[in-house]
Amino acid sequence: MKIAVCISQVPDTATRIKIGSDHKSIDPNGVTYIINPYDEFAIEEALKTKEKIGGDSIVYVISVGDDSVKETLRKALAMGADEAVLLKSSSAKDSIGIAKALAEEIKSLGCELVFCGKQSVDYDSGITGQLIAEMLDYNCVSVVVDFKLEGNKITAEREIEGGREVVETELPAVITAQKGLNEPRYASLKGIMAAKKKIIAEKPAVDSSSFTEILDMHLPPSKQPGRILGTDKSAVPELVRLLREEAKVI
Amino acid sequence: MKKFSGVDYFNIETLYTDEERMIRDTVREFVENEIIPIIEEYNRKSEFPVHLVSKMAELGLFGPTLPSKYGCAELNNVAYGLIMQELERGDSGIRSFASVQSALVMYPIFTFGSEEQKDFWLPKLATGEKIGCFGLTEPDYGSNPGGMITRAEKVEDGYLLNGAKMWITNGTIADVAVVWAKLDGVVRGFLVEKNTKGFTAPEMKGKHSLKASVTSELIFDNVLIPESNLLPKTEGLKNALMCLNQARYGIAWGVVGAMMACYDTALNYAKSRVQFSKPIAAYQLTQEKLVYMLTEITKAQLLNLQLGRLKDKGLLKFTQVSMAKRNNCEKALEIARMSREILGANGILDEYPVMRHSANLESVKTYEGTHEMHTLIIGEDITGFPAFD
Ligand SMILES: Cc1cc2nc3c(=O)[nH]c(=O)nc-3n(C[C@H](O)[C@H](O)[C@H](O)COP(=O)(O)OP(=O)(O)OC[C@H]3O[C@@H](n4cnc5c(N)ncnc54)[C@H](O)[C@@H]3O)c2cc1C
Ligand SMILES: Cc1cc2nc3c(=O)[nH]c(=O)nc-3n(C[C@H](O)[C@H](O)[C@H](O)COP(=O)(O)OP(=O)(O)OC[C@H]3O[C@@H](n4cnc5c(N)ncnc54)[C@H](O)[C@@H]3O)c2cc1C
Repeated sequence: MKIAVCISQVPDTATRIKIGSDHKSIDPNGVTYIINPYDEFAIEEALKTKEKIGGDSIVYVISVGDDSVKETLRKALAMGADEAVLLKSSSAKDSIGIAKALAEEIKSLGCELVFCGKQSVDYDSGITGQLIAEMLDYNCVSVVVDFKLEGNKITAEREIEGGREVVETELPAVITAQKGLNEPRYASLKGIMAAKKKIIAEKPAVDSSSFTEILDMHLPPSKQPGRILGTDKSAVPELVRLLREEAKVI
Repeated sequence: MKKFSGVDYFNIETLYTDEERMIRDTVREFVENEIIPIIEEYNRKSEFPVHLVSKMAELGLFGPTLPSKYGCAELNNVAYGLIMQELERGDSGIRSFASVQSALVMYPIFTFGSEEQKDFWLPKLATGEKIGCFGLTEPDYGSNPGGMITRAEKVEDGYLLNGAKMWITNGTIADVAVVWAKLDGVVRGFLVEKNTKGFTAPEMKGKHSLKASVTSELIFDNVLIPESNLLPKTEGLKNALMCLNQARYGIAWGVVGAMMACYDTALNYAKSRVQFSKPIAAYQLTQEKLVYMLTEITKAQLLNLQLGRLKDKGLLKFTQVSMAKRNNCEKALEIARMSREILGANGILDEYPVMRHSANLESVKTYEGTHEMHTLIIGEDITGFPAFD
């Protein structure tokens, strides 16, 4: 079976983000990139699935982006993915554009099972996996914390408000991974050396027009210092007044 | 706490290959997740975190430069050095474990062993299924191991081993000991297996240093070693010294990890600790310390990199390894002590790693050739006068 994992790279969560001079993108200078953490769960689940079903299964990792994404793809190869595809795109794409490019590639590779992270922690749209499923007419289970594949049948547990639900569906399908699905492995040193010899295929991403446009990007306002109104119960009336009239929260 | 992102003032990063960087980052992440959160607890109770063995093996940290047919990763020596560096940012004791397993057990079996010995031991040592130790030092012979008393005697079905070793890392937990003993006056290497009759390995207690590492005595009382457990290609003390040279190389890199941990801790502390009117980082005396540390770290990093490149080209002289081991251990200890000073009283607590590193580095400065021995090795090289005796 052919399994695809769609991965994206995101700024390291420890990075201090700066807005670029165009006020529409982040300033890439000094930013270190990592695999989107949810995508690591997706990679791990794909590798586990491959190990379980054995045979001549292949795990592809696919990403849309520029040359800088290669390092991230290399890391996925080091974890154990078999082949990587970089869909090159010079212009920024919105979620639909990215999903279209990925869906085209998944179709041409003939992958029946697709893993994505439930969202990427940079733009946080959280819809790419679902869009791909829609475009390919695949089944889709999102925010998955437990996954089983028996023959064609998928049993997946997903997180819902206040609990979990168990969903049954079948291949072909897109699964989006939530934290808790598994414990992603480290790339072993042997894996890193082997990844050196694996191929990252480069293809142009299919062109598509964007449905959305970023008009402006700005940092959240810096937090105002707190105010102490008093330290005993005499401060309560003033606190209530301010919560009502100034903060407008009660 | 802020995530550790390395110490690199001279953009040395750009001198490593992509693989070397990736290997370093992987081990760094492993250390961050698996070692740093637990190490103070194990250090406090003087216990080696034995559960790390299989995890380190899975990552491929044992014998990583050896051929893939033994299950190893076939890395170059710079990558090996970076592994040691990252491990020792966690703890010198954990790095010691990996050093001994790789440089002092797998290396001699690979270099001086028979095909059968290699095929049997190396894959098991790589997966951590078997643990090894290296017995050279004796109670009365440390800096001059050539005087060793431990002796092997040829008997009908092998060799009879008598004597004692001391200060042996991993001794008590080892499945196999690479033991150096005199056979007809010539130092040879033997593989002594756990539970062989007459062989005991009691742990040495009461250490103030390398507390998260096992240190043991090895006692041999008429231990019968089968013929097949002699390392056939050993032919003198120089073979034991070749092993030490491998391990020293790893130590030269390793201690830079300890330096980085101490510097990083001190820098962050100094920026946030306010005394009088300002953070202590704003006082010249503190800046002098921090700048000294960073400068020494940078020098050690560049020294190591060139050392590794020479080793990969096969051009390395053992006296160069001595210089790196000597310099880097001394500077690491200095940096750890300075860092402790900057932290004031907090520096002595195990909430911070600096006192543990400082205590550990006392051992690291002594084992694998003391500071003085390396001085004499380089001294002889440049003057032509041996000054050992
Ligand atoms: C935690 C730990 C783990 C160890 N693990 C191992 C191990 O796994 N395997 C192993 O074989 N050994 C191991 N060792 C032993 C280590 O290699 C020895 O401690 C080291 O070689 C020094 O020997 P010594 O302690 O007997 O000191 P000594 O040789 O007695 O030296 C004492 C002091 O005298 C100085 N000195 C000696 N001769 C001269 C001279 N000619 N001129 C000037 N100064 C001199 C030394 O530099 C030192 O400062 C370990 C030691 C420690 C502390
Ligand atoms: C085991 C132990 C027992 C103790 N017992 C007692 C006790 O019984 N009673 C008691 O009152 N205290 C006690 N102390 C506290 C001790 O006196 C303080 O630790 C000491 O005064 C240093 O203060 P600090 O630890 O807050 O370090 P800090 O004052 O925060 O100093 C941190 C570092 O900054 C440096 N520094 C600070 N200001 C400047 C400056 N202007 N310029 C340059 N460098 C500067 C310091 O020299 C130091 O290196 C004890 C400490 C220890 C470790």
